[in-house]
Amino acid sequence: MIKLTAIEKVYRTSTIETLALDNINLEIPKGEFVSIMGPSGCGKSTLLNVMGLLDNPSKGAVEIDGMEISRYSDKKLARLRNQKIGFIFQSFHLINDLSVLDNVEIPLLYRTSTGRSRRELAKEALEKVGLSNRMKHFPSQLSGGQKQRVAIARAIVGKPEIILADEPTGNLDSVMGAEILNILLQLNQEGATIAMVTHDEQMARKTNRLIRLFDGRQVS
Amino acid sequence: MLKNYIKIAWKVLLRRPFYTFITLFGITFTLTILMVIASFVDHLIGNHYPEVYRDRSVYISRVKQQDSLRQSTRISPLTFQFLNQYAASLKSADKVGIVNMFNQANAYSNGQRIKLGVKYANPEFWEVARFDFLEGKPFNEAHIRNRDNVVVISDKLRGQYFGGNGPATGKTIEIDNERFRVIGVVKGVPSTRPMTSGDAYFPYTVSKSNYEKQGYIGSFVVLATAKTRAGRKAIEEEYAEIIRRIPKPLEDDGMRVYHMESEALPYLESWLSNFVEEDGVPKFYSALFLLALVILLLPTINLVNLNISRIVERSSEISIRKAFGAPSSTILWQFVVENMFIALVGGVIALAFTLVVLTMINQSGWIPNAVLVINFPVFLVSILLCLLFGFISGVYPAWRMSRMPVADALRAG
Ligand SMILES: Nc1ncnc2c1ncn2[C@@H]1O[C@H](COP(=O)(O)OP(=O)(O)O)[C@@H](O)[C@H]1O
Ligand SMILES: [Mg+2]
Repeated sequence: MIKLTAIEKVYRTSTIETLALDNINLEIPKGEFVSIMGPSGCGKSTLLNVMGLLDNPSKGAVEIDGMEISRYSDKKLARLRNQKIGFIFQSFHLINDLSVLDNVEIPLLYRTSTGRSRRELAKEALEKVGLSNRMKHFPSQLSGGQKQRVAIARAIVGKPEIILADEPTGNLDSVMGAEILNILLQLNQEGATIAMVTHDEQMARKTNRLIRLFDGRQVS
Repeated sequence: MLKNYIKIAWKVLLRRPFYTFITLFGITFTLTILMVIASFVDHLIGNHYPEVYRDRSVYISRVKQQDSLRQSTRISPLTFQFLNQYAASLKSADKVGIVNMFNQANAYSNGQRIKLGVKYANPEFWEVARFDFLEGKPFNEAHIRNRDNVVVISDKLRGQYFGGNGPATGKTIEIDNERFRVIGVVKGVPSTRPMTSGDAYFPYTVSKSNYEKQGYIGSFVVLATAKTRAGRKAIEEEYAEIIRRIPKPLEDDGMRVYHMESEALPYLESWLSNFVEEDGVPKFYSALFLLALVILLLPTINLVNLNISRIVERSSEISIRKAFGAPSSTILWQFVVENMFIALVGGVIALAFTLVVLTMINQSGWIPNAVLVINFPVFLVSILLCLLFGFISGVYPAWRMSRMPVADALRAG
């Protein structure tokens, strides 16, 4: 469960001040699949980053599973991200130096686990996204759709309750995009809470709820 | 975790040959220079053939005499008579070798002149300096008593004078128009060890040695061993007391001496006293440290630079790791370990390079008889240097990396 109360996010540079999020109040119950839409620059990524504890809001409170995290240290936030949240990004953000399997193992490196159990879990996650035959490949040897599936495997390998996806199909053609959405819908069926930023109305319609942002404000 | 860091570091190395090459080249080059220098310093001051007891020895290499106004000063080795009377009887010393510093002589073989460094020594000299006898034996008290004309020669002189490697013991050699019976042949000593390096070693009683000269100004020095490292202090103090007790002013070698100094010192101090008047050892180590620093500085800065430029390149990796649960401290350590690992790999390559360079120096005859080696302390220091190098060049960039805001790097489309 994610709960945002009166969230405000201001970016300050020496010359300008941008109000990226303006009084956002939002509750995403466990198991819900929410899509977020809005024009470019309206604050969708900022919202996702705040939900994912990657960025601190300027004002307001973030609760994850009932825990108010504003006073959490860097270490505690890291632990919370590690255990509860999986991220998927538009541009995949795979580590090019590492093989597919090593990429997927990353979230497990930051918990107590053995090499063998990491490998098992990573293989399992790759099977789920249909990529178990590409484990030894490197990201540069994969298509865009395959890369995003690796990214999904990485997001789910630690079995997080929450998946945050920032335009996961933005760099993919419609066929691959549909594949990715199906995987996410499947994960939601299995119990994951998902928030997804998208520009695709049709995709958004397949989710439980649609949130529209405009200029940092929630408009529906 | 450490295993993972190293695994990642290894993969980064393999996947970026150009970066790897530049980095390793810098590290290897620098460390090779440092290790060769370290080896050379060790060659100069360490425990090496035949002065293998240096770390528990003291050296009396000079006496300093001044007039009443300290206007004229002379510094010189000492007389055999003085050293034999006062140094040889030092109670705190285990063995006391007395030998002259620099003397030359000539021998002729097939009309060719051979220039020789000659040494006149007491029998205990052979016990403080452990020579390898390729044949024969050193001279002893009996030779001294009988004032025998015997000599121990170096393997080089054996080759030059007698030809080949055949035994020379028992044969006669003519040096400065005097005939001596060869009683032993020793492995040569590099000229960088002036107290023990020579071509012909005579009992001090041979006529040329000038051992009967009285007073202080002479040509002899002392190598004295203590039973332990700590035992050196007692010898130093006992000798200082002897010098203090000598009544001054005194008349010596045509000069009225009001101030006279002579010290028993560990080798490094004794050696340095030839170049610097005071605090030789700290100055020496400061100079070495500075040198190492300067040599290390350039590639370190270069590496720091390379690393910082890679922050941008690896910002996505760092952000991803953080997003998936790596605390900043873990990121910091990952990059520090990565750097130290690269430095260690560079160190291993540098070790191989150093071996090649040292072998080349040894074979070039640049320092006759020199055997430069990577010994254990040098190796250890080198490894430490590698780690330090990696640490220094890694920690600042790593700190910057670990503090990078995550959200921005991941937002980019
Ligand atoms: N680090 C930053 N510094 C200043 N302004 C920023 C920063 N990050 C985002 N912004 C601004 O905040 C607003 C929202 O950005 P973002 O959340 O990325 O929008 P979206 O994802 O909806 O396209 C934009 O106007 C953007 O320019
Ligand atoms: Mg965005």
